[in-house]
Amino acid sequence: MTNNLLEIRDLHKRYGTVEVLKGVDCTMRQGEVISIIGSSGSGKTTMLRCINMLEEFQGGTISIDGQEIGYEMVNGVRRRKREKDIARQRALTGMAFQQFNLFPHMTAAGNVALGLVKVKKMSRDEAKAIAEKWLDRVGLLSRKDHYPGQLSGGQQQRVAIARAIAMNPKLMLFDEVTSALDPELVNEVLQVIKGLAEDGMSMLLVTHEMRFAYEVSSRVIFMNQGRIGEEGNPREMFLKPKTERLTDFLKTSSFN
Amino acid sequence: MDFAFLDQLWLARLPLIKGLGVSISISFLSIAVGTLLGIFVGLALTYGYKPVQWLVRGYTDFIRGTPVLVLVLASYYVLSTVGIELGPFQAGILALAVFCSSHVGELVRGALQSIPKGQTEAAKAIGLTFSQTFAYVLGPQALRQALPAWVNTAAEMVKASTLLSIIGVAELLLRTQELISRTFMSLEFYFFAGFLYFVINYSIERFGRYVERKTAVPS
Repeated sequence: MTNNLLEIRDLHKRYGTVEVLKGVDCTMRQGEVISIIGSSGSGKTTMLRCINMLEEFQGGTISIDGQEIGYEMVNGVRRRKREKDIARQRALTGMAFQQFNLFPHMTAAGNVALGLVKVKKMSRDEAKAIAEKWLDRVGLLSRKDHYPGQLSGGQQQRVAIARAIAMNPKLMLFDEVTSALDPELVNEVLQVIKGLAEDGMSMLLVTHEMRFAYEVSSRVIFMNQGRIGEEGNPREMFLKPKTERLTDFLKTSSFN
Repeated sequence: MDFAFLDQLWLARLPLIKGLGVSISISFLSIAVGTLLGIFVGLALTYGYKPVQWLVRGYTDFIRGTPVLVLVLASYYVLSTVGIELGPFQAGILALAVFCSSHVGELVRGALQSIPKGQTEAAKAIGLTFSQTFAYVLGPQALRQALPAWVNTAAEMVKASTLLSIIGVAELLLRTQELISRTFMSLEFYFFAGFLYFVINYSIERFGRYVERKTAVPS
């Protein structure tokens, strides 16, 4: 048995005939903060999306807390799990998206409470209390009755993070959460993520914010053409890259 | 001033009220049944397995390509040849509801497809099942999206209800025509009937606006 929070073994993912993940192995312990960097098309977002089955994958296994995600072997045949089981497994992880994806017809508090009521089966009052607690945590309690259309991009993203984290996931996935934000709004979101890291939340971040990745991560993974190109602690990775690929990538990135 | 029209109107008040009632019932029933059916049509068009999609696509294209009058006549005269005996009222409602369902189906499909994919993904990511995602995330957004066009369709159904006069349903238009053949006041009674139809459709439109306002999302 293993006490790894996340275990990815030989992950393969194809879109038609194009193989975007060509055998990724990765393990992650409880409380780790791992940043995934790499140029666009290197497979980093796809890898993240496989972890909560927003993408199907054709080979390899992903386990969270010892539970195999998405697929099961039945009489030696790999089969997609039932939709209901997949939905339940998705609740093991929380995800924040580049485009926020808040539900526009619900208030900030409504967005956060929805999963608590419908998935966690909490009472409305209970869910409301937890929603308010997390909105407070991301600094938006005063905006709890606002609709997404009434919030700035940074505020929307903070609500989206609160919505994910309120579900009490074992692992948070952040998919380029600051890429769609105006530069002056990036920081407020990064501060929230940083706070979560300090609380010991296990997080996997796909990011282009190299400075932030350097500061917040316990480990950095560099993805290159569907494989892990290099990984290590942030100091080694950013200051003494071993591979030429990473060296080149860092030159073109914002880290300096 | 000639009060002959008002006299005749007063004399004919009962048949007219009955006709109006029948027209409203036809419209209401065909819109209600058609909308309910149409939601399933829209769901099948959007989320159905491929063969189901083709089948339903064929249904909507066929129905939408057929004049409503033909549907009404077919429903009344053709169904009886295959042993389904419907009265003119039922046959008419069936035809209008089928017509309505194909239109509502398209509205629902369009509305659902206009919702960004990220909405479904975000719903999945917090662990909602498909039916929960539809009920709490996609459905409410699609409803708002489809509402204005749905009001249009509903008004069309009210107008189409006049076609049932052809198969002898004593709705408002048929009652009016009977009245005119007795009184020869065609101008007055056609205008009066037109006014009543306007009132029905105007009410539907006001109702639609009201719901739109009630469900509007602040931004």
